[in-house]
Amino acid sequence: MKTVVVTIDRFDQENQRGSYQQDFTIEIPNGLTVLDCLNKIKWEQDHTLTYRMSCRSAICGSCAFRINGKSKLGCKTQADDVITNGKLRIGPIGNTDIIKDLVVDLEPFWYKLKKVKPWLFANKPKDTTKEFYQSSEGYHKIEDASTCILCACCISECNSLKVDKNYVGPAALAKAQRFIDDSRDKNFVQRTREISEPTKVWDCTHCGECSERCPTDAKPLSRIEEIRERVVNAGVHNNGGARHLLSFFKSVGSSGTLDERKIPIESVGIGNLHANLGEIMPVGLKMLSHGKAPSMIHHNVDKVGEVRKIFKKLNKL
Amino acid sequence: MIKHDIVIIGAGLAGMRAALEACENHDVAIVTKIYPTRSHSGAAQGGVAAALANLAEDDSPDFHMFDTVKGSDFLGDQDAIEIMVNDAPHVIREMEHFGCVFSRDEKGRIAQRAFGGHSKPRSCYAADRTGHALLHSLYEQILKVSKKLTIYSEYYLRDLVINDFTCNGAIIQDIKTGKIEVLNSKAVLMATGGYGRAFQITSNAFACSGDGLIAAMNNGVPLMDMEFVQFHPTGLYGQGILVSEAARGEGGYLVNGKGERFMETYASKMMELAPRDIVSRSEQTEINEGRGIDGKDFVHLDMRHLGREKILEKLPQVRQLGIDFIGVDMIDAPIPIQPTAHYSMGGIPCDVHGQVIRDKDSSPVRGLFAAGECACVSVHGANRLGTNSLLEAVVFGKRAGASLNEFALNTNRVEISDENHALERTNKLTKELREMNGKESINVVRNEMKNSMTNDCGVYRNPEKMGRCLNKIKDLQKRFKDCSLGDKGSLFNTDFFEAIELKNMLDFSEIILVGAIERKESRGGHARTDYEKRDDVNWLKHTLATKSADGEIKLDYKPVSITKHQPEERKY
Repeated sequence: MKTVVVTIDRFDQENQRGSYQQDFTIEIPNGLTVLDCLNKIKWEQDHTLTYRMSCRSAICGSCAFRINGKSKLGCKTQADDVITNGKLRIGPIGNTDIIKDLVVDLEPFWYKLKKVKPWLFANKPKDTTKEFYQSSEGYHKIEDASTCILCACCISECNSLKVDKNYVGPAALAKAQRFIDDSRDKNFVQRTREISEPTKVWDCTHCGECSERCPTDAKPLSRIEEIRERVVNAGVHNNGGARHLLSFFKSVGSSGTLDERKIPIESVGIGNLHANLGEIMPVGLKMLSHGKAPSMIHHNVDKVGEVRKIFKKLNKL
Repeated sequence: MIKHDIVIIGAGLAGMRAALEACENHDVAIVTKIYPTRSHSGAAQGGVAAALANLAEDDSPDFHMFDTVKGSDFLGDQDAIEIMVNDAPHVIREMEHFGCVFSRDEKGRIAQRAFGGHSKPRSCYAADRTGHALLHSLYEQILKVSKKLTIYSEYYLRDLVINDFTCNGAIIQDIKTGKIEVLNSKAVLMATGGYGRAFQITSNAFACSGDGLIAAMNNGVPLMDMEFVQFHPTGLYGQGILVSEAARGEGGYLVNGKGERFMETYASKMMELAPRDIVSRSEQTEINEGRGIDGKDFVHLDMRHLGREKILEKLPQVRQLGIDFIGVDMIDAPIPIQPTAHYSMGGIPCDVHGQVIRDKDSSPVRGLFAAGECACVSVHGANRLGTNSLLEAVVFGKRAGASLNEFALNTNRVEISDENHALERTNKLTKELREMNGKESINVVRNEMKNSMTNDCGVYRNPEKMGRCLNKIKDLQKRFKDCSLGDKGSLFNTDFFEAIELKNMLDFSEIILVGAIERKESRGGHARTDYEKRDDVNWLKHTLATKSADGEIKLDYKPVSITKHQPEERKY
């Protein structure tokens, strides 16, 4: 048995208490999960403490909390692994509105999931005397994404979501990859176009928090990278994200380094420059005034030939 | 009052499959106390049975039927079983067409594996998360047609509206706001899941509290075969969290404290892949006779000989569960396991169309349907075979959906004329719970119930233990009234709903016990030390338990449908 002080970030709108922190001291044996700790507090000390839970075996996805500041499943996390100096802190996951204590409003999460059309467009008529054939390789392409339990751990620390509430977020994108790469789906072309629209696959900033927090093999960042590869290879280039990536590729491939004069222009697209001038100009002027404007002359790196060789090989792959 | 054509309570496999079938022509509402993808169907791991004959070319629905009948200890209704096994290949391929991510064999077909009690390898699987794969693809299909549906997520079923054995609605409560709503519909489908949460050692989710069963029973509907609870042989020691039977399907050994593969003694042919009732009894016998590991109350599941690669490919999730919950990696060490309350064979009696019945003559409760684990068709009889539960949920979910569609096409909605009357029981209980201010603790009452049910109504039962347990449950029902409710608020008050769940669990525990005490034989999940044999002369029949207005449990019995296979001794 050991004594632990659990600090809980609570929220109570019914009694106008708003947000507040509360410490609970509990005695726990070895082998308890964080969810067990919460139950111990709720059932033995404060019945008003509120959170979601159901399967307690890491498959239903109900009990995502911020544990010591990082989103995790309460039922999957051993208390011993997260208690430091007899202390443990539990709060609601981030990037959400709180309803009560650790219960957050997930309606936007479910709504965004629907935006990627997460259902199979079958490419054959239905005949239940046989299944669609899918190679083992084809299965493995979608296996990781299919392990997602929609717990929302991944949205908690997502940097893009923090600045743009309309971003569909990592879970929806992982789900999108599961269908883009499903050999049975016939809507590949349409999916690559739709997923390239604003608020979707190009709005991720690669911070990696989603994959870091994901309790399954779904690892959204890896899925996002896979989608980007698919859409670029499929020739869906008429968007800032793809253009930005291609510009990077072109610049490094030819000079071995980034040509920062061209990248913003190529990302917007030469043809769109006129329409987007109002957006680019102030940033450019600001950079100038802070002495951060790129050099007017772009230099190649010393052994640019080596770099070009690498790119030549890459292009052959 | 809110009007819909059809109200479906529960958003697991059965509920969502039914909704998909019925929403084409009707305004359908799905009510779930959690979110659809949180439903406990998702926790099923090892597979779903269908005689696709992908792995064993000579497999057929006939073999599947015989295995299921034999597995049920001959209490399964053979007309229903025949429908299920014949529909199986079609509904499973249909799920695949819906996008379900199945593991594949070398020819690109749905992969299959061996499972307990099945004479052929016919478990179609998605690694060891088959329920999750099926549940998510159904949810995806539901999203696809979401314009035709209303989903009430985080709404709790409080009561049904049934008058003169005709159901025309349900009373639900918004967990978020506490607001109570009356839903008026032509028909209601119960798809509320099992009742395994009353046990201390259980694989069931917190949600599996039998709410649907008690709502039905409070409206005069009997409950069938409630004494048959399946104890799964491989629950993680101490908690009962499920380790899939797929572990044994892939070749895992069960080993006792003396290092012996003890199933040799009990089922020399099928060994670890005997049906669950037999493996759990064997395990419990080993433990009771002092041959647990170090003489304790667990044995070992040894997977080491399978090797890292096979474990990672076929059993990634259960390996992770072992690591996360008891710190044991099955690649390197055996897993300590014990029998765990797992599946509810009993439930709301219904026919093969999902139509709920109310007596031994199969008189219908008009407008009330049931499917999935909460229903008792009965395809599992006294013992369910692994992989037949997901199958039952999709087959009978689909069939119930078709029945709902048909029924709603031919029926006008009966208005709920007296809303106050419909709300009477709900309002009374709400008031009682909110005013509860006694000296007892809900937590203590719940713990005593769970311990009592696991210790005295577990794998092996005897009259002393069961009698003691029944007295305990009756006492706890009284003590429940003297509890206090700690959270008096209206918003997202889980304390309040946990109290209702406890009340429901106490009520169905009583029915399990009354049926179990009366059934003087050993059959499937009901094993008695004073009547060790199955007794087909006196007990080849289904139990129907009804609760009278004064709270008395009355038992009646219904014959078993026997069409192709006469009862015989089970040997594995």
